[in-house]
Formats: sequence, structure tokens, C-alpha cells
Amino acid sequence: MYVAVKGGETAIAHSLDLVADKRRGDRDIAELSLEQIDQQLGLAVDRVMTEGSCYDRGLAALAIKQARGDLIEAIFLLRAYRTTLPRFGASEPLDTSRMVAERRISSTFKDVPGGQVLGPTYDYTHRLLDFSLAASGERPDAATAPADTASDLPRVGDILQRDGLLEPPPAQKEAEAEDLTRQPLVLPADRPLRLQNLARGDEGFLLALGYSTQRGYGNNHPFVGEIRYGHVPVSFVPEELGFAIEIGEIEVTECDMVNQFAGSHDVPPQFTRGYGLAFGHAERKAMAMALVDRALRAEELGEAATSPAQDEEFVLSHSDNVEGSGFVQHLKLPHYVDFQSELVVVRTLRAEVEKRREQSFLSQAAE
Amino acid sequence: MPDTMPPADADQNGAYNYAYLDEQTKRMIRRAILKAVAVPGYQVPFGGREMPLPYGWGTGGIQVTAAIIGRDDTLKVIDQGADDTTNAVSIRRFFAKVAEVATTTHTAEATIIQTRHRVPETPLTDGQILVFQVPIPEPLRMLEPRETETRTLHALSEYGVMQVSLYESIARHGRIAKTYNYPVMVNGRYIMSPSPIPKFDNPKLDRSPALQLYGAGREKRIYAVPPHTQVKSLDFDDHPFEIETWSECCALCGSTESFLDEMIVDDAGKRLFVCSDTDYCESRR
Repeated sequence: MYVAVKGGETAIAHSLDLVADKRRGDRDIAELSLEQIDQQLGLAVDRVMTEGSCYDRGLAALAIKQARGDLIEAIFLLRAYRTTLPRFGASEPLDTSRMVAERRISSTFKDVPGGQVLGPTYDYTHRLLDFSLAASGERPDAATAPADTASDLPRVGDILQRDGLLEPPPAQKEAEAEDLTRQPLVLPADRPLRLQNLARGDEGFLLALGYSTQRGYGNNHPFVGEIRYGHVPVSFVPEELGFAIEIGEIEVTECDMVNQFAGSHDVPPQFTRGYGLAFGHAERKAMAMALVDRALRAEELGEAATSPAQDEEFVLSHSDNVEGSGFVQHLKLPHYVDFQSELVVVRTLRAEVEKRREQSFLSQAAE
Repeated sequence: MPDTMPPADADQNGAYNYAYLDEQTKRMIRRAILKAVAVPGYQVPFGGREMPLPYGWGTGGIQVTAAIIGRDDTLKVIDQGADDTTNAVSIRRFFAKVAEVATTTHTAEATIIQTRHRVPETPLTDGQILVFQVPIPEPLRMLEPRETETRTLHALSEYGVMQVSLYESIARHGRIAKTYNYPVMVNGRYIMSPSPIPKFDNPKLDRSPALQLYGAGREKRIYAVPPHTQVKSLDFDDHPFEIETWSECCALCGSTESFLDEMIVDDAGKRLFVCSDTDYCESRR
């Protein structure tokens, strides 16, 4: 006889215990500390902060530990915490020309004011597994030059822009920036809102879309005007003071992509920009974001929008990995009722087809 | 599981506001609900928050419930009609913890019923609120994927595309083969998705004395059907709307009037039919 499937409560409690146990793994192996994650898995922390929209290395490290290294799960954890925090207001726009850059390259000019600084990059590592890392051992510090904090680092784009070869950045809006985490995304969206969406967007999704533009699905002939990574000060105007004060520094990666533009009826040929910004060191993300940002400007620039990366509604509605992950995985939830309804109708339809077949057979036999 | 559980003690709740959401967010959601009630069937965009449960697992319904719940409420949560499916248990635990609210499995005792995919068999009464979890609030979405387009179609009551899709189903199958999430016309104005309830439940929505609130968290939309509002399932004069029927009855309570779930009980594929609504079924045994 049928026994009702009961005891969901107990099953869930046991499942929670099991996942916590799995997370800890073999108790003979030393437990990871948040400091270790922050210091030695720093790029994972950067990604979780970026897509989690929350600049806090400690919380991101905690999320990564809790999620057993599943970064999308960690992003979800961080976001679900972030959403409960009060919002004090918006900072002043970051001035990345005030960045103390650890890395800064341009692929459009051999040399630029401020110089090319390679900094820490995997670009020129040979991808050979370094078996010496398998054994623990101390590494001597790398040689570094003192950072030039005395002078600003002009952006390559600004130099091109002086000659009118590159479009100027959009004028600063008077109104306070809208916040996607507080208001629903309403389409069509303006560029700041699109950039906000892309900044939170899944790196893999943006990478694939950016890649697709390079392979001809909405190509926009990109050049890396500049990529820079380093510390930038954050300023905030507290209401009671009425002037800006520096409240700290954050690490960001910025990509200013320069793209060809044939010009239009009103605008002479010039270069246009795609923009990418991410917390921490995240060049792949910033570059992919810049490619997609430029692709999404197709309509504004009078280009035919024919490819997925140029389709605002498609891109913005599907970029978020927390939304996507949840909805894809909700298929694990029971769907007995919907499925039962489908069974009923498929059976009815099959019975009807069967009946028709029989009738036609009988009428043929009668002839 | 006991039928009515006392509120859980609120030991760890200091870090969060009552019912998890902060008061500002609740106010924003309540405004969206009021607008939704004022314009039945219209999808109101709202600033959906990231919830500690995954998108697609009831975050819309949870936000609506969190915005309307108070300590005096009695909450019932069902998934597929059952109180004991894991996600229903999980959501009920969540509210017992963050809202210190009494929970029940009895439809008649509940002031708020949060549901996924079913409407209880026991008729609802005045003052009860039914909160639906909605995956895709836009009834036209599978016919037109663009929000910018569907918004215009609703504004103009331009619903030909839906009628055509139902007609095509008749042309192909001889009947309207849509079985769940069956589109309805609310108050003669807006076509609405009743969420993926079986069409069996559609008639229960019509002129229901209970308030129906629909929350879609991922899509950030809230809509509503106020009490005693007309909800008409779309059909044609020569193909009137009809609901599922079974030749079997419930193996546990013998009901011939409830929605039945089918189970496979042995390797030979022997089948058994039981009520999907566990509370209804238990009350009849």
C-alpha cells in the first residue's frame, strides 16, 4: 500500500548537516582560514565581490568558504546579505585617472604618458603546471618599484578625445544614479543602467557574448585603448557636511575599449568607446563587458542590431547568474501537478488518434 | 507533523528585521500590491529584492507574504497541493523563524496561504489571502519573448496572438491542449497568467471571496485579483473551457472531485491515484 512521502522537515535537517560536513571535508586536513582565501584565492574573491555587487574581501572570502568554492553560490550568498544592508547614498563618481596603477597597458600606442606597466599578469606565464607549488615552501618577495603616487595617470582615451578622434564620454547626469538592486529593470534601459547590469553580470556569459562579436555576430572592430588595475580613492558627500570626503580606497580594473565607427549623417567618422569596470583584478570580465557595452550601443550609433550581443533585452534579461542559476535549478522542485495535467491530455489525445485509426481501418475494410 | 505548530522561538532573529525584509522594502511592496489590487490582472513592476532562497523557488511569493504577514496571522504553505513537500517545508520554516508566526496545514485555519502550482480544494473564505509563487508572470511570454512588445500588447488589449495560439491548438489536436498555466481574462480587461496551476483550479479563481496576490521575484512583478472579481478562462463558443477528469478516485479518501496525483507503486508500473491536496484528503479520511 502507498505510504505518503512525509518527513520533509527531518530530511531537510539531515541534508543541511550533510552539506556542512562535506564542506569541512577530511578533518585531518587543516581548515581554510578567510585570510588564506583572501590572500591566496584573491581572484576568486574579486569575482565574487564584482558579481555580488559588494566590495568586502572578508565577506566574499566567507561566502567562498561556505560555498565550497562554488563561486556562483558564493555570489548568491553575498548578494542575499548585501540586500539587507541599509543604503546610505551614492559615492562621487570614481576618478580612475587618480588611480595608483599596478598594471596599465594600451594596445593602441607603443608608448603613452605614464608608460606601459605590465604588473602582475598571467599573460606571459607559460601555462606549465608548476609542480614546485605542490610542495609548500616560502617564496621570496618580488622586486617592485615604488608606486608613483605623486602624479595623475591620464587616460589614453582622453588624449585621443582631445583631437576629436574619439567620442567624448557621456555627460554626467544630474540625477542620482538609479540602482538596479532597488528598482526593477525597465526596458529600454539607458547606458548607466546597462553598465550596472553588465557589471553584475556573469563573467562567462559576457565572455561568450563578447567573443561572439569578435567572430562576426555584431563586430565592432575593438582595440584595447587601455586597461588599468590598481587602487582608486572613493569619495562621499555626507549630507551633514555638504562636501566630499575620502572614505577609503578600492581596487578596480578598468577597460576602455576603442572601436571603429564609420560615422553617420550627423557625426564624422571617429572612434567610439565600450566601457568595462570590475572590482579587484578582473581583466577578462572588464574586457568582455566593454565589448558587450559597445555592442549594445548599436541602436544609439545607428548600426543595424542583428546579433544577440546587440540585443539589449536579450542580454540584460539573461546576464545575471543568480537569477539564471535559480530558475534553471528550480526544475528540481516537484512538478507532479503540471506533469499530471500533461499526462491526462496526452492520454486523451492518444486515445483520440487511436480511435480515428481504428475507424479508418474499419471503413477501409468495409469498402 | 502536528497540524498546527506554535511559533518558533526567535533566538537568532536579532540580525534581521521582522519577517526578514526591512520596513522600507515592505512599504514599497505594499504599494505595489495596492496598485495591483486597484488594477486587477495588471503586472506591477516592483523592486524585487534578493532573497535568501533561490530565484525560481518562490522568492516572489515570499516577498509578498513577508510584506503582508503579522504576528496574528496563521500561515499555510503548499507546493503541488501538499504541505509536506520539501520546498513548502522550507518556506514554512523560514517564516516560522523570521516572522514568529503560527503555521497550520488546515486550509480553513490559515489567514495567508502561500502556494505553488495549486489552489486548495477546500473553498476559501472572506478575509483569506492566497499568495501565488509565479515563475513567468507574462501570459504572452511564450508567444512574444520581448517585454517591450508584450507591455504594448497589454496596453492596447491586443490579445489576438493568444486567441490564435489557442485556435492553432484546436486545429492541431482537436482541442485546447493547454493544461496548466491556462490563460485567464481578469475583470474583462487583462489577460493574466494564473501561475502554473492546473486548469482544474482555474474555476476556483473566479469570484473567489479570498484576495489573490501573485508574486514573481525573478521577473520583479506583482499582480492581483481582488475578492469577487471575474476570472474567465479563455475559450471559444464551440470549444468551451473544460477541466481535467479522472476515471479513478482517490485511493486514500475516495474523492472523485479533487485533483489527483498519479504514483507508480511497483516495478510493473502499477498506478495509484491520490489527492494532490493533502489537507483535503486527510480531512476526509
